[in-house]
Amino acid sequence: MASWGFFNELDNLRREMDEAFRGVGMVRPLATTFLSPSSGRRFPLVNISEDEGEICLDALVPGVDPKELQLSLLRETISIAGARKSPVDAKGVVHRSELGSGRFSRTIDLPTEIDPDRTTAEYRDGVLRITMHKAEHVMPRRIDVKVA
Amino acid sequence: MAANSLTHDITQSNKEETRAPERFLRPAVSIVEDESGLLLTADLPGANKDGLDINVDKGILTIKAEVSRQQPGRPIYSEFEWAPYFRQFQMPDVIDQSKVRAELNNGVLTLHLPKAEAAKPRKIEVQVVS
Repeated sequence: MASWGFFNELDNLRREMDEAFRGVGMVRPLATTFLSPSSGRRFPLVNISEDEGEICLDALVPGVDPKELQLSLLRETISIAGARKSPVDAKGVVHRSELGSGRFSRTIDLPTEIDPDRTTAEYRDGVLRITMHKAEHVMPRRIDVKVA
Repeated sequence: MAANSLTHDITQSNKEETRAPERFLRPAVSIVEDESGLLLTADLPGANKDGLDINVDKGILTIKAEVSRQQPGRPIYSEFEWAPYFRQFQMPDVIDQSKVRAELNNGVLTLHLPKAEAAKPRKIEVQVVS
């Protein structure tokens, strides 16, 4: 059965080019991998952004049942934990195996304290978005100057 | 590269391919083959059904997905970037291209690539002629 395993990949050449150009300004975007067995990175991968009153965290958790996600907040840290079942349970000849599975847990330090009561989390298309409000006491406050 | 990948099977005659020098992401995939066909699973976090484009042309399977997500505010920490997904594979001849079926669920694409009837193993009964 494996005799016809010529699952050729056309982007081989391009991948080599990417490797060659790495570090000279032509870098590829940072990949969106999740629980990759061949990566030393921590999962899930996150992006964090902020504006005046909110902090927004996007985490890549494809293939995870949103009910299995556990979030917990403590002052300036947020923890994301969960598990991904093996996405491929079919038996047969494995030609490629780049998808990871298993338990994950990550604690992320936030830049400021947040208000846990006004935090929302939403899961869509394999991306978890957590929207957090900064705590009142860390918000900048405007002080009026009185003329004495 | 995982030990069970097909790298050692890849021939040197890879087709060169032209495409715009845009930024793209190469999704991770798993490919498992059994007697009925191939099962391809790909992680496409952030992609939805509307942006997904799966194409089989001249024996080449193309997985393309647009991602229309944006992070509000200004970034303070980044571990990944949004860009369209793109990856191509050469399909074995035995795949019945008209019966390819795709599902997208929670950012995971599942492609069922069944083998053509003629390519499936068939048990042949031996008749005993007395």
